[in-house]
Amino acid sequence: MIDRVAYNPQELMVVNAARLLREHDVVFVGVGIPNLACNLAMRTHAPNLQMIYEAGVIGAQPSRLPLSIGDPSLVTGSLSVCSMYDVFTLYLQRGNVDVGFLGGAQIDQYGNINATVIGDYQHPKVRLPGSGGSMEIAAWANRCYIITPHQRRRFPARVDFHTSIGFLSGGDARRKTGVRGGGPQAVVTNLGLLQPDQDGELILTALHPGVTFDQVQENTGWQLKQSPDWKRTEPPSQEELRILREDLDPQRIYI
Amino acid sequence: MSKLVSLKDAVSTLVHEGDVLYASGFTHLIPFAVGHEIIRQGIKNLVLARATPDLIYDQMVAAGCARKVIFSYMGNPGVGSLRRVRAAIEAGELAWEEYSHFSMISRLQAGASGLPFMPMKQTGAPDLVRNNPNYQHVTDPYKGEEVVVVPPLKPDVAVVHVQRADAEGNAQVWGIIGEQRLAAFAAQRVILTAEEIVDEAVIRSDPNRTLIPALVVDAVCHVPYCAHPSYTQGYHDRDNAFYLAWDQISKSEEGVGAYLQEWVYDLPDRHAYWEKLGSEVHQRLHAGERWSDPVNYGEY
Repeated sequence: MIDRVAYNPQELMVVNAARLLREHDVVFVGVGIPNLACNLAMRTHAPNLQMIYEAGVIGAQPSRLPLSIGDPSLVTGSLSVCSMYDVFTLYLQRGNVDVGFLGGAQIDQYGNINATVIGDYQHPKVRLPGSGGSMEIAAWANRCYIITPHQRRRFPARVDFHTSIGFLSGGDARRKTGVRGGGPQAVVTNLGLLQPDQDGELILTALHPGVTFDQVQENTGWQLKQSPDWKRTEPPSQEELRILREDLDPQRIYI
Repeated sequence: MSKLVSLKDAVSTLVHEGDVLYASGFTHLIPFAVGHEIIRQGIKNLVLARATPDLIYDQMVAAGCARKVIFSYMGNPGVGSLRRVRAAIEAGELAWEEYSHFSMISRLQAGASGLPFMPMKQTGAPDLVRNNPNYQHVTDPYKGEEVVVVPPLKPDVAVVHVQRADAEGNAQVWGIIGEQRLAAFAAQRVILTAEEIVDEAVIRSDPNRTLIPALVVDAVCHVPYCAHPSYTQGYHDRDNAFYLAWDQISKSEEGVGAYLQEWVYDLPDRHAYWEKLGSEVHQRLHAGERWSDPVNYGEY
């Protein structure tokens, strides 16, 4: 209990997402929490991580925290800028992307994501933004990570609409579609980590400090399994929090 | 031959009721001034195509210009919901046709290249493909695998904002180049707006930067700050504060109505709009200087 540092749910998610990234990963990234996770990883264990922004910017060195996916600060001083068609073909479709980040209104038992509609597609109860880049990122990045707050309405057993796929109905359903990527490898929430088992079903593999399995189950819309090898995550370190708060998001826009 | 005309004349000549319109620009270079001019001229029944409808189409839909939107991400980028388009769709008042970013851009690529369709690898995501009959599957004749195809998108008119162009329409763009070039080549007619009209010699000094040649351009309009509240790399910054403010303004039809009255109908053109924004906004959006290193094309 000595040196215990207070942190908020956003910081907890950023830190745990950053820890999943590896040295030399090529990451396809938008703005917000995934962007912070990549920058944190680069300043800790993965200095040679490479970021590709969906807007077509490679090797960005933004002088400020970008607030939109096409922020002008991403371009100034970057290594390369390419068209939208090029970023989706030469980089993503070609297989040059290791990691994609995804989010959405609903994530189901098999890691499928809905970012399109709640209710019927033709007569939507709630019309959400739709795919953007996520349909292809989910299919073609080698590994995908999902970062989202853990709330029951966000974790139904089945999504209303498959905007982008995880493991579909489980088993070899994803493999049968012939998509090249490995699918979601982890869902990072403010309560812990869910990861696919051999059948593609999301199971609890880690709990954050102080969180119980029952808390996670209460916030999940299916009978959640707990991995026999489940772990307790390390709390964010002072250094991780310092980098986030002082260097990456000093105005606390995302954290 | 100079194609320089006022934006007012370009819109009244080249944008017709019922047209499929593509206002290009991915976050960058979104031609808001052209959207406002179309609203002012009261042109109706447009099919508005853009990967991200953004605030420009939220305003045009609210002003009653559209019968349909074609899109791949319908949000207020970095902020949240695109409220007027969303409300119109949820109320069943606006038709829509939806893609992923990549399939939307692939449609433009097919249109710009004169191809009958564009193939893409499978994404395995069944629902959008099932709901939009423009997605089809064909068998790769070489490997026998199934690929997804989409048909060409050939807008009646594309609007493209650029940093600089000559009077004939040879246009140079830098920063995020999005789908600017594809939109220009895919469309039947092209309205080009530019921050600066430069001498042809300036264009010739750096030909690799010319993404759009005059041969596909129908009208050239000198419209500085055309892209506000989006941005033009090297000319002015994105007005993130306005994107946040729009989230409030667009909560009601009345709010949008009052905005359109004050900032569109009551103003003659973009010059008046930019002046009305005032010096505090001009200073906040000022872009500093960071020049590229010149390259030697050689003398032969």
